[in-house]
Amino acid sequence: MEQLLQQVASGLANGAIYACLALALVMIFVSTDHINFAQGELSMFSAYLVWQLIQWGLNFWLALAIVAFVSFLIGVMVERVILRPLHSAPVLSIVVVFIGLLAIFHSLAGAIWGHTIKDFPSPFPNIAFAGSGYIGPHQIGMILVTIALLVALFSFFRFTPLGLAMRAAAQNPASARLAGIRVDWMLALGWGLAAAIGAVAGSLVAPVVYLEPNMMASILLYGFAGALVGGIASPGGAVVGGFIVGVLENLIAYLGNLLEKTTGVYIIGNGEKLTVALIIVITVLTLKPSGLFGHVTVKRV
Amino acid sequence: MVALLEVEDLKAFYGQTQALHGVTFSLQPGGITTLLGANGAGKTTTLRAICNMVRTVGAIRFDGRPIEGLATEEIVRCGVGHVPEGRGTFTNMSVDENLRVAAYTRSDKAGVERDREMVYEYFPILKARLAQQAGTLSGGEQQMLAISRALMLGPRLMLLDEPSFGLAPLIVQEIFRIMRRINGEAKVGMLLVEQNAALALELADHAYVLETGRIVMSGKASDVKSNEAIRKSYLGY
Repeated sequence: MEQLLQQVASGLANGAIYACLALALVMIFVSTDHINFAQGELSMFSAYLVWQLIQWGLNFWLALAIVAFVSFLIGVMVERVILRPLHSAPVLSIVVVFIGLLAIFHSLAGAIWGHTIKDFPSPFPNIAFAGSGYIGPHQIGMILVTIALLVALFSFFRFTPLGLAMRAAAQNPASARLAGIRVDWMLALGWGLAAAIGAVAGSLVAPVVYLEPNMMASILLYGFAGALVGGIASPGGAVVGGFIVGVLENLIAYLGNLLEKTTGVYIIGNGEKLTVALIIVITVLTLKPSGLFGHVTVKRV
Repeated sequence: MVALLEVEDLKAFYGQTQALHGVTFSLQPGGITTLLGANGAGKTTTLRAICNMVRTVGAIRFDGRPIEGLATEEIVRCGVGHVPEGRGTFTNMSVDENLRVAAYTRSDKAGVERDREMVYEYFPILKARLAQQAGTLSGGEQQMLAISRALMLGPRLMLLDEPSFGLAPLIVQEIFRIMRRINGEAKVGMLLVEQNAALALELADHAYVLETGRIVMSGKASDVKSNEAIRKSYLGY
């Protein structure tokens, strides 16, 4: 029982990161209908920037704030400079551009900081507390930061004029233009926000998976799974989906281990966690492509 | 007096297909001009061309200032409120949010507040529906919201694309009555596209009749209305 609770708790903590990444993916998807395959590498690159600032003596949170802002600018630039000229290009060209971006940020990080694995300090104090047998301080921190980020984003989109304009631009670009909204800039802002969220996700997960250019590869897949489970067009759904995937992968591995212990039959275990994520992706796409919280998009032709 | 809107030799294209073949007309400040004609005559295209929503060639001046080639959102920011075909409300947003989005470009808080009150006065039903999702409104209420959204921009010209479309006659009368009030009280010029020619000629002071992308006749609304030949051959009533 204790082990089960532990698994759920650490699933929630991992889920927080998947949720952040899923949120970043959704952010770009709702406004542009594109899945940003380079999201993981962008987050990794941001995590390296945070690491570098910490090496230079900055405090983690200050470093993260600076890097989130820089990442925001990088995201805006990517949209304005690289994707804007391609706005009417076929989707395959866009996918190739995303893969190109992925490769660029990957090699750039390797070239600047090397490919050896680096330690990344946790920003949360390592204190013992009630229940610390189930969940560590860093894991609780990840969950709290994710929730805080969510609340901030929710308020931004709900209450500020700019957030409202961004939603309008995503929902109905033609009408948004007729309200005088500069839709192109809203898309760029969406990219910037996604990159900033990705920076938070990357920096929070780095202490767990350690810093290296490949660190986000599998996490991005979980992010996809989370976004798809919740509904790729629903920000709230993406977050819930991220948590679901996090808990599910741990529980399935846990049950697999249990099965092996009791019957000696090995079907699934910790080594197949990524497989679980991929199975989730395939199942959702087959059974409910719009996700748990998404709505079916009907296109008039 | 400088015309509020001057359109000169306007051509519009959908891909290779030319939809407007050189349309010329003008609209005086505070006036209501209507574009009439059969389906496919180019009425909607003319409105879309003014807001640069289709590929166009030709000169368009708003208040003497050339606006052709400007992006749609910049034309709107000059003071052109476009109530598009199909109403273009943000269906997943509440009525309140729709109105807030519409005032996004404005920085004069007091003016926005005043226009809100004005909108509520014209369409009291919207005030009662503020928290409701726009997509769940009735057709008439959606049209009222669409007009209100254009009003919240604080426009000097409104482009109205078939405000009567798909609505019950009583609702249409109500909406046209309020459009007349808006024109008189808020001093907003209107360019009205209508299938319902009889109704449009009641409201407008000037009329242009379009056929396959060309203006085939124009004149005072009252003259057009009393000309039986025109009515029979172009307006179908």
